[in-house]
Amino acid sequence: MASNNRPLSPHLQVYKPQLTTFMSITHRATGIALAVGTLMLVCWLIAAATGETAFAEVQAFLGSIIGRLLLLGWSYALFYHMCNGLRHLFWDAGKGFEIETAYLTGRIVIGASVLLTIVAWLWAYAAMGAF
Amino acid sequence: MSLRSPLGKVRGLGSAKEGVAHWWAQRMTAVALVPLLIWFVASVCAMTGADYDAVHDWIATPMVSITLVLLTLAVFHHAQLGLQVVIEDYVHTEWLKIASIAIVKFAAIGLAVASIFSIVKIALG
Repeated sequence: MASNNRPLSPHLQVYKPQLTTFMSITHRATGIALAVGTLMLVCWLIAAATGETAFAEVQAFLGSIIGRLLLLGWSYALFYHMCNGLRHLFWDAGKGFEIETAYLTGRIVIGASVLLTIVAWLWAYAAMGAF
Repeated sequence: MSLRSPLGKVRGLGSAKEGVAHWWAQRMTAVALVPLLIWFVASVCAMTGADYDAVHDWIATPMVSITLVLLTLAVFHHAQLGLQVVIEDYVHTEWLKIASIAIVKFAAIGLAVASIFSIVKIALG
């Protein structure tokens, strides 16, 4: 194609990175990470349908350090993608495009996703009787 | 009068008038996923450390099985729509783009069927 060498937006080498830029690409990254994470969910369901031994193996992996780190990442990715997705739905409705509003909602999304992750993990550890 | 170039018409470039359906499905599955995922994450948190029988019984509860199937459908539909857009944005080699999108769609259907089969198998004992 003749157009291969044309400069393409968003001109990453020219624009200064901003919170909104960072949050936009994080939305994509978390979406991709969550799509990969569905593999773990499917494994968990198949193991539960297969039998007690298979289920115990998957549970053991999820309970290991690597498993817990993956679950921590996926849980944060899920809450971020969900909160920022709601922000996108408001944009789709034509609301929240003012620069100050976009930054405010961005900060709310980051705060809410961190808070929800902490609540979920405290809940999970409480359910295991850790406290 | 069409504003499309003759070459563009022949190659099928430009609007096929189906973009809104993709965009809308992405939004509707997103809306559906908010309550479904809050329910799922809350349930999984509450069940952390539960044994095989407890998890099995939970999945086998009719309302849970039904909601899990709905969650599976919404998750994989939303995921493949999103991944398609990512691929379209970054992969500019035509055959690779089409092949990647096809793989994503096949994988989404395969994983969704595997999930639903597992849920139904547990539900029907």
